[in-house]
Amino acid sequence: MNDNKLYERYQRQMILKEFGVEGQRKLLRAKVLVIGAGGLGCSALQYLAGAGVGTIGIVDDDMVSLSNLHRQILYSVKDIGFNKAERATEVLQQLNPEIKIIAYPERLTTQNAFAIMEAYDIIIDGTDNFSSRYMINDACVLLNKTFVFGAVSQWEGQVAVFSPHPLKGGKDGVNYRDLFPQPPKDGEVLNCAEAGVIGVLPGIIGTMMANETIKLITGIGSSLINRMVTYNALTNQVYELGLSARKKTRSLIPKDKSAFLQTDYEWLCAAQPQLKEIDVNIFNSMIAKGEVDVIDVREENELPAVKEFLHLKIPLTQLAENISLIKSDTVVAFCQSGKRSLQAAGILSGIFRETKKVYSLKGGILKWKQNQAKLPV
Amino acid sequence: MKTNIIVFGQLTDIIGNDKLVVNNAGDTNSLLEELKKGYPALEDSKFILAVDKKLVTENTLLNTNSTIALMPPFSGG
Repeated sequence: MNDNKLYERYQRQMILKEFGVEGQRKLLRAKVLVIGAGGLGCSALQYLAGAGVGTIGIVDDDMVSLSNLHRQILYSVKDIGFNKAERATEVLQQLNPEIKIIAYPERLTTQNAFAIMEAYDIIIDGTDNFSSRYMINDACVLLNKTFVFGAVSQWEGQVAVFSPHPLKGGKDGVNYRDLFPQPPKDGEVLNCAEAGVIGVLPGIIGTMMANETIKLITGIGSSLINRMVTYNALTNQVYELGLSARKKTRSLIPKDKSAFLQTDYEWLCAAQPQLKEIDVNIFNSMIAKGEVDVIDVREENELPAVKEFLHLKIPLTQLAENISLIKSDTVVAFCQSGKRSLQAAGILSGIFRETKKVYSLKGGILKWKQNQAKLPV
Repeated sequence: MKTNIIVFGQLTDIIGNDKLVVNNAGDTNSLLEELKKGYPALEDSKFILAVDKKLVTENTLLNTNSTIALMPPFSGG
């Protein structure tokens, strides 16, 4: 692009004394990824494209529907049924053909998150569910990316910036899990479809997210790093909250990429934890591999006694008080027939949530003994 | 001692208001205990607690005129 045209397009912001030519250069060099092109994403994207962020990525696997149009302002009736990332890209490219916009018409998963996110400097969360938010948060921590967070409900919205980079004073940056360490289960917190949302709200919050992003890139003003702002569209009240790290947060985030790949974020947020039952063959291979705590949840002295493999004895009735005995990241409960152990697995999943994988031996120790008897010696 | 509480999001449906005053809560733990007695549905709700606009992650003493905020996570985008 020639300099005259560049100046003409961006001059109203370039003449701001804090911003200048340098601010514009920084924006044009910046790479920002917007995950979710819904209410928040649409408004953030419009201003980022307008301001001249040089590379913008848009991730969304969802299709435009009529009920989106009151707040997702990039789309029109003719877009209904088409992919949001692709439609948003086309609309924004008309707004600003000078920048590069990349559509990812797919759902962000643990499998593609690193590959997509790695190429960008700043990640903007415009998703509408907790499994995506926690996944994005954890990936940003692991990839050392600055995370611009926003969320809305009914008439209220939240905005914050989480940056892993040590701030002045040497403190580690706060992340979303310092606020809410564990994701709520589905249904525990209502989403827009269930609770409703006023159309202008994601417009306001998404625009604030774009503003934070522009300030972060250009290095002007004071950003919302380690602060969260709540805005109420009904009362116009703004509440600002200073954030701080919790001691245990880091232990809740997968420790590296391979642990991240194995984390099932959908499962963490599933309303009914899907209790996983394993059959005797899988059970045997788990024992053979080790690194598993097997727990007999039957009451004392129940028969048959088990001497074939190492295990803990914690009766179901005393399980909750004795969880400190369980050390491994993988836990398998067994009982006589598989019923009590399923109950035990439910209790343990509730306690350990994402920190441990909990299973129940299907058919219980009776099935296991029966199976062993059949094996060729 | 009176503690002023402001309530955000869908917690207002539980409390029935966006403001509340609790008497004689010396620290955040006893305040929470008191609130959960009055509003048992809080027990099953996720929220953060802020004292005078600062996130609180462990039990914190309350001063006269402390303002507490109870804030749930929002999921919408």
